[in-house]
Amino acid sequence: MTSSIPDPVAPPAAPASVHTRPAIELQDASVVFGAGDKAVTALSPTQLKMASGEFLALVGPSGCGKSTILKLVSNLIQPSSGLVLVGGKEAGAKQLRIGMAFQNPTMLPWLTIEQNIMMPLKIVEPFKRTYRRDKKGAFRDRVHALLKQVGLNGFADHYPWQLSGGMLQRSNLCRALIHEPDLLLLDEPFGALDQFTREELWQIMQDLYLDRKPTVLLVTHDLREAGFLAGRICVMSARPGRVISDAPVDLPQPRDIATIYSPEFVEMTQGLRELIAQVRST
Amino acid sequence: MSDSLRIRLLSISLIVGFFLLWEVLCIVLNVSDLVLPRPSEIIVTMWTRFPVLWPHILQTLYSTLIGFGLGVTIGVTLGVIVGTSKVAYAVAYPLLVGFSSIPKVAVVPIFVLWFGSGTTPAILTAMVICVFPIVVNIATGLATTEPELEDVLKTLGASKTEILWNVGLPRAMPYFFASLKVAITLSFVGAVLSETVASNKGIGFVMMTASSNFQVSLVFSGLILLALMGVALYALFSLLESRVTGWATRGNDIAIT
Repeated sequence: MTSSIPDPVAPPAAPASVHTRPAIELQDASVVFGAGDKAVTALSPTQLKMASGEFLALVGPSGCGKSTILKLVSNLIQPSSGLVLVGGKEAGAKQLRIGMAFQNPTMLPWLTIEQNIMMPLKIVEPFKRTYRRDKKGAFRDRVHALLKQVGLNGFADHYPWQLSGGMLQRSNLCRALIHEPDLLLLDEPFGALDQFTREELWQIMQDLYLDRKPTVLLVTHDLREAGFLAGRICVMSARPGRVISDAPVDLPQPRDIATIYSPEFVEMTQGLRELIAQVRST
Repeated sequence: MSDSLRIRLLSISLIVGFFLLWEVLCIVLNVSDLVLPRPSEIIVTMWTRFPVLWPHILQTLYSTLIGFGLGVTIGVTLGVIVGTSKVAYAVAYPLLVGFSSIPKVAVVPIFVLWFGSGTTPAILTAMVICVFPIVVNIATGLATTEPELEDVLKTLGASKTEILWNVGLPRAMPYFFASLKVAITLSFVGAVLSETVASNKGIGFVMMTASSNFQVSLVFSGLILLALMGVALYALFSLLESRVTGWATRGNDIAIT
């Protein structure tokens, strides 16, 4: 066997290829807003690959295009050039089930927390098909179980404005996870919280991740958050952004919150900090 | 709770006080009942002439509600079209503003010309007069929806219709109800306007006839009946509004932190 070119007609050689195929792949993807003299490059041509089940954190100075990458993957914007592949197909092809949590909890104010969290089940296949039948039964149980897991037991019937910022962010996580996504996109979801709530949610996030093992792409500017949660950290340069460093986090999971005060951890974040300081000054 | 009760009591006593003052001033200043009848006379007239007035009340209610219903249907449809598309918004707005600035009295003769006098022009006037506030409010509600809320559904791969049903329309509900309360009172104006010009039925017609016969207390009876119907429908929509859009007018509840 010398030829390695796959036959496009033949069925996949082995089911294992599903797992070896990257969950996300950016091939020279760039994003330019506007045209002509007013054109602003939000993202320089970028290469990025993520394996299935990987937890990748994107860090970098603000305005470097971290969120742009998330928006590309979730198909909220389209690349100006290059390709964005999600589950092997172009973004937006619904090849993978996507869950997303924004920095702002964006709960719909006219729905209760339960109804808000159920929203993905109303929209996404295959849940959509049985939504009418299951919303009072199986789906509700599922929402309540998840709420319990994030410590929001008993708040299902509250409205978003009755909850604090930390509680809303927990609900936000629930909504991103309720439809058991293959791919979880997190856009600084813990950014606006106080230190204690943040650390608590990191632990909850870690448990949820280890529990389900989705592919997670986390955008953050908190280096400790990236180090605590991720299996791999990519650093991006200032605008126009591109990936300048890509390194695994060599700490066993699950990690304890005390880890972030250990010498190895501090050394790692210190290294990242210097790297970002460098790209900011140039 | 005692606060809202006090406000309600004050509100009632203001209304009662208004009519009492009217009654007293008429007696003290010796006003002729051909100029301004006393409230007590008006009530007596309303009571004694009620069998005659009743069909006219129904007629006016009928024209108003049918016209209002048509107006809401057209208004919501146009509002959704105009509010969901930036192009449609920009293209259609000048025309809509043009239509809305036509004095609605001016369209009554045209409707009479086309459909003859009677119920049809009353319905159409009631409709035309209430469409514009609904269109504007629905369109504004949809156009001002926070893109972040829509993004939540977009990332899930929702279709445009799903986004409209789950985000756009619920978000526009407070705007919609605000416009309904304006629209229902405007519909009354439209229907009565048309009845006074070209009809032989309805409260508007009764008032015109009564005034040419110098039955002044009957004219005022009509006026008060109109006010009562207007208040009743306004209250109905307020109640509906507080049921549907309670999320937008919260405030008394204390947030849990």
